[in-house]
Amino acid sequence: MPDLFAQLGPIGASFLAFATTVGLGMLIISFFLTVFRLVRGPSLADRVLSLDFLFTLGMTFIAIFIVATGRTVYLDIAIALGLVGFLATVAYARFVYRRWRKKESESD
Amino acid sequence: MIDLIAGIFVLSGATFCLIAAIGMVRFPDLYVRMHAATKAGTLGVGLALMAVVVFGAVSGDLGTVLRALAALLFVLLTAPIGAHLLARAAYATGVEMWHKSEVDDLRGKYDFSRDVLIGDGGATDEASEDRS
Repeated sequence: MPDLFAQLGPIGASFLAFATTVGLGMLIISFFLTVFRLVRGPSLADRVLSLDFLFTLGMTFIAIFIVATGRTVYLDIAIALGLVGFLATVAYARFVYRRWRKKESESD
Repeated sequence: MIDLIAGIFVLSGATFCLIAAIGMVRFPDLYVRMHAATKAGTLGVGLALMAVVVFGAVSGDLGTVLRALAALLFVLLTAPIGAHLLARAAYATGVEMWHKSEVDDLRGKYDFSRDVLIGDGGATDEASEDRS
């Protein structure tokens, strides 16, 4: 287990363990709610927004996981996930927009 | 004391993420949902990363603190840009607003197929034509 729990003593460690467990549980519920919107979402833009929010939830999950287990190497994965999530959102937004423009110019 | 701060950061970050996810399901249209996902979601991930900053500071690991701060800065910079691009694309493609939303200041004032403003002195910029 990490250095932090050893430094804190039993009471502090138990509060942090409680907080991370409850926090990860909340995030799992959030994942399911967002996936519901991803499946349901009426428009393509709704689905893109859900994907973007799933990336944000993934970063939050990794951050809480780092505090819970002390494995700080996972922070690099969180940064990479944020980068990929941003690029995916930009690419999808441009895809939605350009597909509409193409359709628009064909209908003229 | 430190464990209390880190634990509160973790709990509040997870709570904001859960509130944003509930908003994603409950809110009526894309633009309102975007409000929940971008604002509350960014605050949630920011608070969770602040917990990592506190964790790194306690364990005396400067690299973790700096990387967590860099990730926080990156999220704060990119989340509004992505949301803006997505909202613009959704508005251009005609995603419907909620029937109770009344104000739409952009309606009929912007030609998305040519990227120009309509009216208002006809401020057409030729440079925007080849940007897409």
